[in-house]
Amino acid sequence: MDSALIPKGVKRCPLPQFGVALMIVGAVLLWGVFALLLVWFKGLNQTNMNNAYGFALWIWADLGVIALGGGAFFTGFLKYIVGKDELKNIINFAVLIGFICYSSALLILAIDVGQPLRSWFIFWHANVHSMLTEVAFCLSCYFGVLTIEYIPLILENRQVDKVPFFHNLSHNMHEVMAIFAATGAFLSFFHQGSLGGVAGVMFGRPFGFREHILIWPYSFFLFTWSAAACGPCFTIFVTKLTEKIAGKKLVKDNVIELLAKISGWMLFTYIIAKSIDTIYWANVTVPSMGHTLMDFYSNNPGSVYGIWMLIAEIGVCGLLPAIILITEKGRKTPALLWTAVILASIGVLLNRWVMVLQVMAVPVLPFETWNRYFPSWQEIATTILPVAYGVILLMISYRYLPIFPQEAELNPIEEPDPTPALEAEGDAEAVELAQDAELAPAKG
Amino acid sequence: MLPFSFEWVWDTVHLVFHGGLWYALSILGMGMTYCIIKAAVDTYQGKGGHH
Repeated sequence: MDSALIPKGVKRCPLPQFGVALMIVGAVLLWGVFALLLVWFKGLNQTNMNNAYGFALWIWADLGVIALGGGAFFTGFLKYIVGKDELKNIINFAVLIGFICYSSALLILAIDVGQPLRSWFIFWHANVHSMLTEVAFCLSCYFGVLTIEYIPLILENRQVDKVPFFHNLSHNMHEVMAIFAATGAFLSFFHQGSLGGVAGVMFGRPFGFREHILIWPYSFFLFTWSAAACGPCFTIFVTKLTEKIAGKKLVKDNVIELLAKISGWMLFTYIIAKSIDTIYWANVTVPSMGHTLMDFYSNNPGSVYGIWMLIAEIGVCGLLPAIILITEKGRKTPALLWTAVILASIGVLLNRWVMVLQVMAVPVLPFETWNRYFPSWQEIATTILPVAYGVILLMISYRYLPIFPQEAELNPIEEPDPTPALEAEGDAEAVELAQDAELAPAKG
Repeated sequence: MLPFSFEWVWDTVHLVFHGGLWYALSILGMGMTYCIIKAAVDTYQGKGGHH
């Protein structure tokens, strides 16, 4: 029924099967929308945030998706600025994942501000001394960049591309994409960093505070570094997951291996920098503020924030995946590659959790105890909402847009000329399709 | 946000913050304007009408 919209030379599941899958994910989406409406109409009393937790689950999710969406800016940087042309075969998917992640981040912020009608205040009445203002500026602009990068994909839909204006627009946008990608890399460097800088400048909270280079705390650089390292890992993970679900290969191994190798080295160098930062912070910064390292990892309820957090973040989800990815055998072994990209993605999420929620949990005054927080169901539902939205957009984009340029080559379909038989059956739609295939020239 | 806003101050931080914002917005705006105008001209000249 929708075959006229499906890219040429590829096969998709039947429409009813697609519709059922869409409805299942749509039900989860509706649950999130219901919670979102509760928060918007009844206010932030629907959450379990309190005076100690002004930043909570939403801000963690926000920082998490922004880090995971870092694959878009870093892959774009590698392709358009560094000149790694092989990555053209995965850049579309990286852009799509980035678009989903950043639109999700903006959606979460629209819920978190409590009064979304005043979202524009941050631009018009900007506090120019706040890192979060810079984050808001860069985040909005970069979402604009991702939208501009996503538009040509939509315009390349088989039917939309038939309109000459859209065909020309898509072609022209591709021609100047390097300028947009460079702008995106510039914006990403600053907002990823400033998100880390927010915790790093809080000298009243020794757990988050870091030493500075000029006005930038070390956490500024570490956040950008980790996003550039782990974002592409998440892109590889979602690509592999899509291949698994679709039951076919979508990107050639050399492309995945190149991205994995670069991510591996980024992750390896990041972990070295992170380890040096942690050692300096634990031995110099923390004692100078009257604490010891173990103050932050002991005597908390249920020992949730034990030293295991640090070991898990730096060792298991940092060093281990980095070693796998920088070794050729590790990258080429499917099970190890899966393990590495999953661990790296978890690692960056764990880092954001520590820098948002553990910072809030640690007592800052001698008479205080650890602050407790467990999100309300409304917070959980609205955090799952962007995941459901992302899955739906991925499904629709994969079905109708030429996201994977190598798919047709990797999965050739042997099609006999259907025109005579179909004409006999009177299948007008299929006849039109067959005629399209004959008339359409090869794309340049 | 703009120099004629009552909150605007002619100091370094305002110039850096808002200058950066307008710089990025200008690149995106001019880039898209170029693409759209060129697409319209190309279409008028009959390019891309191969379908």
